Amino acid sequence: MDAFIVITLIKLAVIAFVLLTAVAYLQWVERKVIAHIQVRPGPYRVGPHGLLQPLADVIKLITKEDMMPSYVNRPIYLFAPFLAVCMALLSIAVIPFGPTIVVAGYRTWMQLTDINIGVLFILAVSSMGVYGIAFAGWASNNKYALLGGLRSSAQMISYELPMALAIASPLLVSNTLSLRELVATQRGSIIHWNIIHGGQIVAFLIFIIAAFAETNRVPFDLPEAENELVAGFHTEYSSMKFASFFMAEYLNMVTVSAMATLLFLGGWEPLWPVRFGSNYLPSVIFVIAALTALYHGAHPAHKLDKYTLTGFGVIFLILAAIFAAPIVQSWLLPLFWFCAKTGGILFAFMWIRGTLPRFRYDQLMGFAWKFLFPVAMLNLLVTSFVVAWVS
Amino acid sequence: MDVVLFLIFAIIAVVAAINVVVQTHPISSAISLIGVMGSLAVLYLLLGAEFIAAAQVIVYAGAVMVLFIFVIMLLNAGTEIKRGRSLMVQLLGVPLLIAFLGLVAYFVERIYPQSVGVRFGGFTGGTAQAVGRALFTTYLLPFEVTSLLILIAIIGAIVLGRKEMD
Repeated sequence: MDAFIVITLIKLAVIAFVLLTAVAYLQWVERKVIAHIQVRPGPYRVGPHGLLQPLADVIKLITKEDMMPSYVNRPIYLFAPFLAVCMALLSIAVIPFGPTIVVAGYRTWMQLTDINIGVLFILAVSSMGVYGIAFAGWASNNKYALLGGLRSSAQMISYELPMALAIASPLLVSNTLSLRELVATQRGSIIHWNIIHGGQIVAFLIFIIAAFAETNRVPFDLPEAENELVAGFHTEYSSMKFASFFMAEYLNMVTVSAMATLLFLGGWEPLWPVRFGSNYLPSVIFVIAALTALYHGAHPAHKLDKYTLTGFGVIFLILAAIFAAPIVQSWLLPLFWFCAKTGGILFAFMWIRGTLPRFRYDQLMGFAWKFLFPVAMLNLLVTSFVVAWVS
Repeated sequence: MDVVLFLIFAIIAVVAAINVVVQTHPISSAISLIGVMGSLAVLYLLLGAEFIAAAQVIVYAGAVMVLFIFVIMLLNAGTEIKRGRSLMVQLLGVPLLIAFLGLVAYFVERIYPQSVGVRFGGFTGGTAQAVGRALFTTYLLPFEVTSLLILIAIIGAIVLGRKEMD
């Protein structure tokens, strides 16, 4: 019992630290990705290739003056960012990152807690997260913020329906609500994942589209459409209160990407079975990355690249060596696969932000109710008939 | 532990429920109602009905209350203006409330004997599987009738909300 508490506290600290760091760096990755899509270098000055930019941003946000307009509804105005970030953090508690591991002779899951309604828990928490944005918009007592809050709540209720229906179909195929068992039913290779094995490609696409709308991302970022609403629901927020909304958005992105990975892409299961050498893929990828970095370090385009890219190359080589070591493979590889799949979806989020224009508001609503919802319904119907037929 | 949690969330539920009526601003009332729904979900969870608890949060605390908030924000409803209470309310309000609570307590006492108390964790039929099985075997007819009722309500909403054709 004592060991359980200690292990849980350690897991809690590790997950919280890694998650918050990852969220800070996600911001850097997003800026870099969009910059390269638009053929410009992106953050470059703070640290090598702008790697210390997140740190500088955090310091800037914390030390900025915390303005509070005089006409806001104080309690709700202060409560809204807190609610948004709390609900975004809460859902990570049930997400499993890998199978059981042995830490100092104690067997534990790479997950904080497994509840038998894990999927419903995440849906419930994300449906409570809407209030953060809605209340922020209302309490700011500002027409742009109010319009942003209104749009966000309308958008979230509309897209929650196709999202829930899209989640229901892989649940029917896997026959469980526990996220851990969900991955267990997709064990094997890519052909056993729900997206292929269960024929859930349509559900996957619907889920991803709805996830974009739920996290208020381009092309559905109407609650904070800059050219119409200044900054939407967070117009009146500054300093850390503004940063909390930002954090909540990125945390929600991580959560929906992890959900898509667990529901459709087989969680931490490798792309193909271990006996065909999938264990060596991470090392191969890192060696290729290291060789590329070393080559460009030897032929530098900028003056400093000679040192920074060589440094990165050495780091990648060390990482490749770590991934090849048999002692750590049992827990590092599932983590690698989980992060690779989640990261791939997160990259898609950024890619789409860099390429697609914003929807018009009536198009957004029409798309959800007239297209996405019927398709999700039909997909659920077909899936349930097939599941009933097979079993 | 169960009893402590029960007491905390029962008190929150009751206080929030009273707050719904007492608050003069619609948004404050709606927030209190969210508090009621949320604490009811915790009470379901304590009783072992985890599926109902999740559904309560998703449907009531989530979807229904977001619609409430949405409408309040859309209409930009302001604070209620308090008018003086009528003589009837002043005279009969409190005695009637006490009489009503007494009646409820009396009937609860009569219908449920002392021995049948609520035991936390004694109920195990709260999983999604158990609820689904019960819905499609024991309660199939009420379930289907309810879905028909909802269908009628949806069609009614469409008929009422349809734009007048020129």
